[in-house]
Amino acid sequence: MEYFRPKNFNESLRYLGKLKSKATLIAGGPIVIPDIRAKILTPNALVDISYVKDISYVKEEKKTIRVGGLTTISELASSNIIEKCAPVLSEAAREFGNPLVRNRATMGGNLADASPAADTATPLLVLGGMVVVEKHGAKSRQIPIEQFFVGPNRTVLKPGEVIREIIFPKPGRYARMAYTKFGLRNAMAISVVSLAVLVEIEDRACNKARIGFGAVAPRPIRAYRTEEMLTGNEVTRELIAECCEMVKKEISPISDIRASAEYREWMASVLLKGLLQQIFKEK
Amino acid sequence: MKEKKTYSLEFMVNGEREKVEIRPGETLLYVLRERLGHTEVKEGCGKVDCGACAVLLDGRVVNACLTLALQANKKKVVTVRGIGTPERPHPLQESFIKHGAIQCGFCTPGMIVTAKALLDENRRPTREEVRRAISGNLCRCTGYKKTVDAILSVAEKKESV
Repeated sequence: MEYFRPKNFNESLRYLGKLKSKATLIAGGPIVIPDIRAKILTPNALVDISYVKDISYVKEEKKTIRVGGLTTISELASSNIIEKCAPVLSEAAREFGNPLVRNRATMGGNLADASPAADTATPLLVLGGMVVVEKHGAKSRQIPIEQFFVGPNRTVLKPGEVIREIIFPKPGRYARMAYTKFGLRNAMAISVVSLAVLVEIEDRACNKARIGFGAVAPRPIRAYRTEEMLTGNEVTRELIAECCEMVKKEISPISDIRASAEYREWMASVLLKGLLQQIFKEK
Repeated sequence: MKEKKTYSLEFMVNGEREKVEIRPGETLLYVLRERLGHTEVKEGCGKVDCGACAVLLDGRVVNACLTLALQANKKKVVTVRGIGTPERPHPLQESFIKHGAIQCGFCTPGMIVTAKALLDENRRPTREEVRRAISGNLCRCTGYKKTVDAILSVAEKKESV
């Protein structure tokens, strides 16, 4: 196995361009190292981007927030900018894995791994995240987070492409958001269901609604039809009840070691009810 | 054999400079234990779940099983021995003994390292903050109460000094 240690983002892209399919990219390690140890993965070459400094940041601009792909989950969890502008993402970062893993795991890594339960994906779905990817000798692409995931551990990333950063618009002043992660234990839990909601409320009416789910479909998803039911309406207890029925039709959970499909469906509905009640009560 | 290719790793372990030739797939845990004899770093699960292998990497607590040794190049690693030794124990280690926060002892090195990282960052954590900080460290004997008590008692002492 060969080992390469680029110092900056562009150098990383050059290595990947040169090594092509021989190379495995490693950032913090939580995804790649267990697979190497279990011999699921036997790379010919490792490109270690943990020494790359130029894509590790949280930046606040006039209308957008930019998070570098190598920003660790700890950095995300302790960022004042994220706390202020995107508390759903702060919360997801603080609930992620455990404190030790959070010091190694990166935002780009979590997204590229594309677990259906990826903890940072759910908040980004409601924040309207764009994934900026680059490849040596090619133009940079911006992929809306809804289109980024294809299925379990599969994304639209092409060989040689690396996540440079994630961009999302700053939520407006009428925005309210909430996040919840339901696992079988508090630390180191892979979600049974995770859920983020972002709404904009003006004059009692819900102007905009986004609902993102993790672990209830082959990839992190938005519940578009449920969002539509909320949009443009005054949110009543009856409407919330209808949304909680609709959401069951929008998700397609599986049964696995953590929970049955039926349980996930039930919990998705119950958790949505809780978050909607919480959001629409805070007036 | 592609596995034969080695790379040199230079880093500080508990204040001492180390230089070893290793294969790129070797984890920090493996290199510390098997090549450098730091068996105070424990291998519990070997796959991130238990925290027994916790070390400080440039001051941040990480799972040594989840870090490539080459990712520690030019960095500072501190194991539980770097925090305190039997001759000169750290207040945290004394407190663990005093509170009986040890039964089989296997999780203890990781607990001490994680607690040290917490106190370096937050001099006076609440009970809840301590519980959260050690949430990646499994103990199958004590039920955590004594561990949390031991850490809290040092935290409070630190504040009053």
